[in-house]
Amino acid sequence: MNTQLLLIQVFNGLVNGAFYALLSLGLAVIFGMLRIVNFMHGALYMLGAFAAFALGQAFGLGFWPSLILAPIIVALLGMVLERTLLSRLYGLDPSYNLLLTFGLTLLTQDLVKQFMLSHYAVSSAPYTPPAALAGVVNLGFVVFPKYRLFVIGLSLVICLLTWFVIEKTRVGAIIRASTENPGVTRAFGIDVGKWVTGVFGVGVGLAGLAGVLAAPIYSVEPYMGAELIITTFAVVVIGGLGSILGSVVTGFAVGVLAAVGAALYPPIANTLVFILMALVLLVRPSGLFGLPEGAK
Amino acid sequence: MTVLPRTAARTDRQRMSRAAWLIGLGVVLLILPRLIYPVLALDILAWGLFAVAFDLLFGFSGLLSFGHAAFWGTSAYVTAFLLSHGQSVPVALLGGTASALLLAVPIGFLSVRSIGIYFSMITLAFAQMISFVALQWTDVTGGENGLQGFARPSFLGLDFSDSITRYYFCLVLFALGFSVAYRTVRSPFGQALQAVRDNEQRAQSIGFDPGRFKFTAFLISAALAGLAGSMFTFGHGVVSLDVLNWRTSGEVVMMTLLGGTGTLFGPVIGAGLVLLLRDTLTTANLPVGIVTGLVFVLVVLFFRRGVVGTVQHWLRRR
Repeated sequence: MNTQLLLIQVFNGLVNGAFYALLSLGLAVIFGMLRIVNFMHGALYMLGAFAAFALGQAFGLGFWPSLILAPIIVALLGMVLERTLLSRLYGLDPSYNLLLTFGLTLLTQDLVKQFMLSHYAVSSAPYTPPAALAGVVNLGFVVFPKYRLFVIGLSLVICLLTWFVIEKTRVGAIIRASTENPGVTRAFGIDVGKWVTGVFGVGVGLAGLAGVLAAPIYSVEPYMGAELIITTFAVVVIGGLGSILGSVVTGFAVGVLAAVGAALYPPIANTLVFILMALVLLVRPSGLFGLPEGAK
Repeated sequence: MTVLPRTAARTDRQRMSRAAWLIGLGVVLLILPRLIYPVLALDILAWGLFAVAFDLLFGFSGLLSFGHAAFWGTSAYVTAFLLSHGQSVPVALLGGTASALLLAVPIGFLSVRSIGIYFSMITLAFAQMISFVALQWTDVTGGENGLQGFARPSFLGLDFSDSITRYYFCLVLFALGFSVAYRTVRSPFGQALQAVRDNEQRAQSIGFDPGRFKFTAFLISAALAGLAGSMFTFGHGVVSLDVLNWRTSGEVVMMTLLGGTGTLFGPVIGAGLVLLLRDTLTTANLPVGIVTGLVFVLVVLFFRRGVVGTVQHWLRRR
């Protein structure tokens, strides 16, 4: 394989990695703070893409306003779900959250499918990238679509920003305190319940954002999150459940490794991540960046 | 904590209640193909045993496997492969079950070391790996098309082209599989398993090795799921990638929850209810995913004991 092709694969891998990173980052934030394994994450990613498409159809909104609005819609929906449904299961085994969100996934996917069929008479729809990001960039050694470079860049910025807020700011300190010791945090006059809802909103908002970013690359389709969520779970297991740094680094790394692996031996493309997961589990059951406590 | 001896009256009542469930279930299963069409009845047997296998792990060992489709599906494919290569029915069924058991050795070894939600995600990922292999390995699995049109040679003079014969043949297999699960749960091994489920540290401190118990339970569960998957293929005469899809893993969880986890009888009833519901929805042309998703959500939120669990709870309180 020549260097040119390898570099293209590395960049393509980074694009997939950007989606893995954004999704597993959202999962990490939600799990780290709320101990919820959100199976619905893939469906919410799909809803982000679908919201961008529907906003365009209904109000003629283009990519840029949708990039802001669609994640907000997804975040609000997530917060409503957290308040009305998920909050009923706090205190029970986390398995029940997984099962509830699994049920919600089936429901959401088929609702969107019915809606797309009845309103637009399509089962999947293309979404055009904005004019400003059309075309390709010559990086000197390789020519690459502008829009894909934008996806990599924006995803990196968002990941860094999330990490910074949680690890370095006062807001992050409150969130961490609320989750580690809700009782004491409440005693300091902080409304823990509101923070928990907010964190859930941000986590699923990240999934919504990934969905909008993915819409111009893949077409908008009710089951677009179904396979992705499984891969994301594998990424999360490799990185260490609940580790923010782990999810971002592993997200990008898995994207690149899978793309390069696929160039060398195509059938391995979809299984490589699971093989990696099995290997990591053998050596470090709590994941590369996870603390042993994270296995609990 | 001192363990108080259970009163004879209470043990008697439990035994009676268990016998009542057993007889009730047996009678329903015996007349089932007269009530609904036989292929659907056989589906209930296969999915019912699959759910029992899952419940052995979830209800009695506290391990929520989200990848049980791996064993069900692998066995389904192996059975279809053996039948299409001219093997006899018992060889195909045994081969399918054995393949699931073999597959469970590495997967179980790697996954029972993890607990809680970690275990769920790992089993899910392994199942997905198997599903990709089935998609890629077209020579053996038929890829997207699956395998179909294989013969089901007669065995002991039984003509398997008749769906009623197939049903009763599978009913015998079901009874075998169910009694294995039943004996496992009632045995000292099963009691120790439940002790590990309830308090792993305490079980360890009195000398049990939790890892070994969970691993053994995993193997039994996978083998039974394999037998069920084998019955499913044998009943339908086709196998497709659906058997390895993660929705399949989710569906068996739903059946078990709806029927009642940790009850063994419940999962069979749950499987029956889900399949009958799906059958009704398909014939009425209603969106299956929306309704099953909704049922799933409602069961998790408001009906966690399931049908059998609720009835047992209600009887106990009287």
